[in-house]
Amino acid sequence: MTILNDPVNAKLGDRAQLSYIASQAADARLNVELETEGMTLNIGPQHPATHGTLRIIARLDGEQVLWAEPSCGYMHRGYEKLTEVRSFPQVTSLINRIDWLGSFANEVPFILAAEKLMGVEAPPRAQWIRTILFELSRIANVSLFLGDLGVQLGAITPVFIAFRDREYVLNLIESATGGRFHPNFDRIGGLKDDLPAGWVDETKVVMKKLRNFCDEIEALLFGNEIFQSRTRGIGVIPRDVAMQYGLSGANLRASGVDWDLRRDQDSPMAWNKVDFKVWTHPDGDSFARCWVRLQETREATKIVDQLLDGIPAGPVMAKVPKIIKVPEGEAWVSTENPLGEMGYYVVSRGDSGPFRVKIRSASFNNISITPWLLRGVYVPDIITILASLYFILGDIDR
Amino acid sequence: MMSVLAIEVPYWGQSLLRVLGGLVAVLLPAGTIVYVFLFKMMSFMQSRLGPMEAGPYGSMQLFAEVGKWLQKEDIQPDNADKRIFRMAPIVVLMSTFLLVAVVPFGPDAWFTNFETGVFYALAVSSISVLGILMAGWSSANKYSLLGGLRAAGQLIAYELPMVLAVVGVVIQAGTMNLQQIVLAQNAGSIFGSDIVGNPYVLTQFVGFVVFMIAVQAELTQAPFDMPIAESELVSGYMTEYSGFRFLIFFIGEFATAGVFAMIASTLFLGGWGIPFSWFGWTDMDSVANWMNVAGPLIVFTKMMVLVFLIMWIRFSSPRFREDQLQRFAWKVLIPVSLANIMVTAVLKVAF
Repeated sequence: MTILNDPVNAKLGDRAQLSYIASQAADARLNVELETEGMTLNIGPQHPATHGTLRIIARLDGEQVLWAEPSCGYMHRGYEKLTEVRSFPQVTSLINRIDWLGSFANEVPFILAAEKLMGVEAPPRAQWIRTILFELSRIANVSLFLGDLGVQLGAITPVFIAFRDREYVLNLIESATGGRFHPNFDRIGGLKDDLPAGWVDETKVVMKKLRNFCDEIEALLFGNEIFQSRTRGIGVIPRDVAMQYGLSGANLRASGVDWDLRRDQDSPMAWNKVDFKVWTHPDGDSFARCWVRLQETREATKIVDQLLDGIPAGPVMAKVPKIIKVPEGEAWVSTENPLGEMGYYVVSRGDSGPFRVKIRSASFNNISITPWLLRGVYVPDIITILASLYFILGDIDR
Repeated sequence: MMSVLAIEVPYWGQSLLRVLGGLVAVLLPAGTIVYVFLFKMMSFMQSRLGPMEAGPYGSMQLFAEVGKWLQKEDIQPDNADKRIFRMAPIVVLMSTFLLVAVVPFGPDAWFTNFETGVFYALAVSSISVLGILMAGWSSANKYSLLGGLRAAGQLIAYELPMVLAVVGVVIQAGTMNLQQIVLAQNAGSIFGSDIVGNPYVLTQFVGFVVFMIAVQAELTQAPFDMPIAESELVSGYMTEYSGFRFLIFFIGEFATAGVFAMIASTLFLGGWGIPFSWFGWTDMDSVANWMNVAGPLIVFTKMMVLVFLIMWIRFSSPRFREDQLQRFAWKVLIPVSLANIMVTAVLKVAF
């Protein structure tokens, strides 16, 4: 059944093709006799590999996937609609929960969009601290991915290492913002508070630990031959396909597209003040995606280190009115979030709350490629591919 | 006829006593020790403490868990083939039981002393495949079915290198009797030096490695845990089991790990014996009587070393895919063990 669209077929000569067809016919007769019909396997909505409630409907022939489709919406919480009945400062507590592993990064593009509409710009110190916290949430997010990757592929030890070292980052975020998972710290015109005393030194120590963590994961997982044989050449996304499906973030960069909004876009954040490398990989397979994320975590620790060195003095809040009313207009702001491009299209009618918000979350686009990608793979590879695409359910369903 | 406390015991009674003896004296302690040891070891590897509450340092954790599982509801799916569903865990456990019967623990401390002990051990160890296949099929669950089929394919594939690896030992010892194999190792010598006897882990190193890899696969431990694959098949053939039946599978897994390690230590590490040259023993009759007490402890020590090895690999490696796993068995392990047999046979004739 799967052989029909086999590219090998096209290259055969007439004679070979005839014998090939004959052998297929013999197989078909045998299949009719044995009645080897396919099987539909529901992976999820309750399944450990789907990080929540994604459902993959897969039509199998033995262990091979003939057809697969993701079915999402089991966790839809209607944030786009809910923002319409909130005031602008209240919205951050909702959108914190979209990508719950890197919550602070969710707040930033929305606040930037509101600031753009109001014509306010945060003071430099606030911009730098925003960028630091943004990168910290990237580290917290991706370090968990690096550990979870092992669990998906059967190695249970890396995830404990990941949870141990992610704890340091969460402690930092907590001590600066007061919230571990949902900081709700970003304000229109700046930040809620300045950094606590001693935070900068502590962060430098933690960044060293996190670099060690990256080395450890690289040795434990990426150097493992079984891991490599499970991920290399599995789920290859060519460059043009990745762009057609609108992938973003590490998934796109792993297909060889050198595209990073932190560098390519001019935003009121401190990324253009530091020197960092955007990692890409030419292969586009699962290994490339995981590898790019590992390098990005390393790079993020270096960004944080550089920012900590040059953090300017001054206030962390611009002058904004007590009751915020955003003037009429529309704004689109997107940033390079841990999972990929996240953007907010905010429409304001001059009220205290937004009139309409459209959220572009990275994971939704990233998993839209799964029907194309899962065709013809084996059941174990479904898990590898889903793990390497790295989605977060809240980010898909919003 | 054997007599216990001056009472004549018929043959079936002897068998029963042996099974009970095997259960009480070997399997329970082995399961408990292996389980607790592994949980603590795994925890330290993963930078956590592991069980701490049940007993000192969590040493009674197994009993706490058995208590928990016994209280759970025994759920059987509506569409399950009920009789086979209930039978499957027992079949799996039976293979472990039967396996322990041939392990010798001392010069006179053994349950059975077959002339074809090795053959028997390898034969009964494959009964568990039936149990797993039965569990996978009867659960009426697609994940279980996939798990059961994968398990069947895997266990059959790894049965072969296991047998072939043991053939090297059998050639070298010249017997299939496990007691004689222990004797041959401890009373033997390597190139005339009998300082450590001749544990076959040294002279049959390739066979040992192949055997341990095959054991890893037979136990369906990572990297060969494709049939269980929690993150993918949600525990495979065990998915639908709960309560006591799951307990049998779960503890059976650890007990089987212990028993396979015992077999491996008997075949490759000298079993219950210590090098006979240390005490001037020459054959089985001259071995001091206290070895009947020390022997089981020595076997347990060696077992723990091997179980540690098995679990170390389990906790630090990701799993193979099904096709990679089969390729590894048929294209690497079997040729290697065949070559090992050839070399062993040639050297056996040469020396």
